[in-house]
Amino acid sequence: MARVLVGVKRVIDYAVKIRVKPDKLGVVTDGVKHGLNPFDEIAVEEAVRMKEKKIASEIIAVSCGLPQAQESLRTALAMGVDRGIHVEVPQTQYDTLQPLHVSKILAKIAQDEKIDVIIVGKQAIDDDSNQTAQMTAALLNWPQATFASEITVEGNAIVVKREIDGGLETIKVKLPAVISADLRLNEPRYATLPNIMKAKKKPIKKITAADVGVDIAPRQQVLSVEDPPTRQAGSVLPDVDTLISKLKEKGHL
Amino acid sequence: MILNKILRNSKNISSKINGHRFQSTLIIAEHDNEKLAAVTRNALTAAKKLGGEVSVLVAGTKIGSVVEEVSKVSGVNKVLKIEGEEFKGFLPEIVAPLVLATQKQINATHVLAGSSAQSKSLLPRVAALLDVSPVTDVINIKSPDTFVRTIYAGNAVLTLKSLDSVKVLTVRSTSFEAAPDGGSGTVEDAVPSSSYEKGTGSEWISQELSKNDRPDLASAKIVVSGGRGVKSTENFKMIYDLADKMGAGVGASRAAVDAGFVPNDMQIGQTGKIVAPELYLAIGISGAIQHLAGMKDSKTIAAINKDPDAPIFQVADYGLVADLFKAVPEMIEKIK
Repeated sequence: MARVLVGVKRVIDYAVKIRVKPDKLGVVTDGVKHGLNPFDEIAVEEAVRMKEKKIASEIIAVSCGLPQAQESLRTALAMGVDRGIHVEVPQTQYDTLQPLHVSKILAKIAQDEKIDVIIVGKQAIDDDSNQTAQMTAALLNWPQATFASEITVEGNAIVVKREIDGGLETIKVKLPAVISADLRLNEPRYATLPNIMKAKKKPIKKITAADVGVDIAPRQQVLSVEDPPTRQAGSVLPDVDTLISKLKEKGHL
Repeated sequence: MILNKILRNSKNISSKINGHRFQSTLIIAEHDNEKLAAVTRNALTAAKKLGGEVSVLVAGTKIGSVVEEVSKVSGVNKVLKIEGEEFKGFLPEIVAPLVLATQKQINATHVLAGSSAQSKSLLPRVAALLDVSPVTDVINIKSPDTFVRTIYAGNAVLTLKSLDSVKVLTVRSTSFEAAPDGGSGTVEDAVPSSSYEKGTGSEWISQELSKNDRPDLASAKIVVSGGRGVKSTENFKMIYDLADKMGAGVGASRAAVDAGFVPNDMQIGQTGKIVAPELYLAIGISGAIQHLAGMKDSKTIAAINKDPDAPIFQVADYGLVADLFKAVPEMIEKIK
């Protein structure tokens, strides 16, 4: 049976309209609703399903970040993850923490915990990087199956349907492997109240990046974070004829 | 083991690269063994902003026509070609080590590709092997080390300075023009595949591509998109008919994809495709943050929605508050 590692990130809730900070070096996060990155929920769900199918023996969730990252780990535990590892990163270093750093941490933990499958979301909805799975796979020299929309375990390999630009693609990766979850991989479950209570008793180990020998020195410097250009307010048209004539005027028809 | 090697070698690599004064860009060509993908031409325009020598790596199972096409694109100095059955499916485990070996051979300061599902799979893998932090979906290049990209579904614009020795970037195709023909690059063999160690464990099995005769979403001048309001797969025919009348590509919101009205490769948004056509016509789409991320750079946005409070109207140049089941057939009839 496989040992599974899932990566979970605490991000600003997907429905929140974000605001850029007055110093233009970031976005306002204080007092803003946060949640588990939606793609990571899908990753956790897939891992839990593997355990329910008796393909996975143990699921470990890792989150790298501020003390509040424990909330995301608790959510994962309530969904069915067995235990958590919180790699605590102080605010000053969290601001410049990159997927490369997280990948190195995940790779180290995967080696230490003798992991067979790593599942992470395809991207975090805050930095929109879409890099962690690929980089973790590279560092471990494991095969990768990105943007997975369906996975089937076949003995010591996983057959993965991937979402690509023109449609779908099927590949087969031998274990150990890294998978990144796309939106359509599954429908994540809600944590029930009893499971949320039980999750409080599950262990979360707190470590630092230094404990796993990973240097998280900045690789990028933020020069500015600004609002995107706003569009001019448009006009509401009375009927289809006006719409067609407006589009003609603009040369679109 | 590779991880430890990289942790050990990282200092070494950076000191070597910093010694180079000139920019040299390596672009990874995307193609289907017949034609070059449009995104690669966008990447070539981005490379011009970096300055310096531009080499394009073409790897594939059958690359003759692609190599010829690439060598004629404006701004290409050199085409590095390599053909082999192992490149079937363009598996990152096989291609990433090739890119790494090529980067080392030509001392590329920048490794670039147009943003696509393929490059988003490949380039971070390359970057990790180089021990550098890649930059996804760059929308502007301010200098060889300063890049602009969007975060939070396009709701903030980040300008960053890369501190790494080698810059690995995917560039958003809608932010850079497609490089035209007019070049005369020399063609050379890439590093032989026997000269580096390939990753193992992955196998390409099959592909199911959605087939239609409509313009490709990424390059279409007009995109007509349907959302949850279209209500069914059958009703989507109406959207196709209107698109055909307008010579448009057809997109969809996540709601329409999740409801199964259309295949997911039609999804436009933060996690789907990003388009910036001359005209974007949103039909029965409310305009959630995640959808706007994929289309708000369109030149003109028009929307048909029966809800006057739908957020789509806040970005639409032309809004029509109407029942799409009446308005769309009327448009199909009236557009000549």
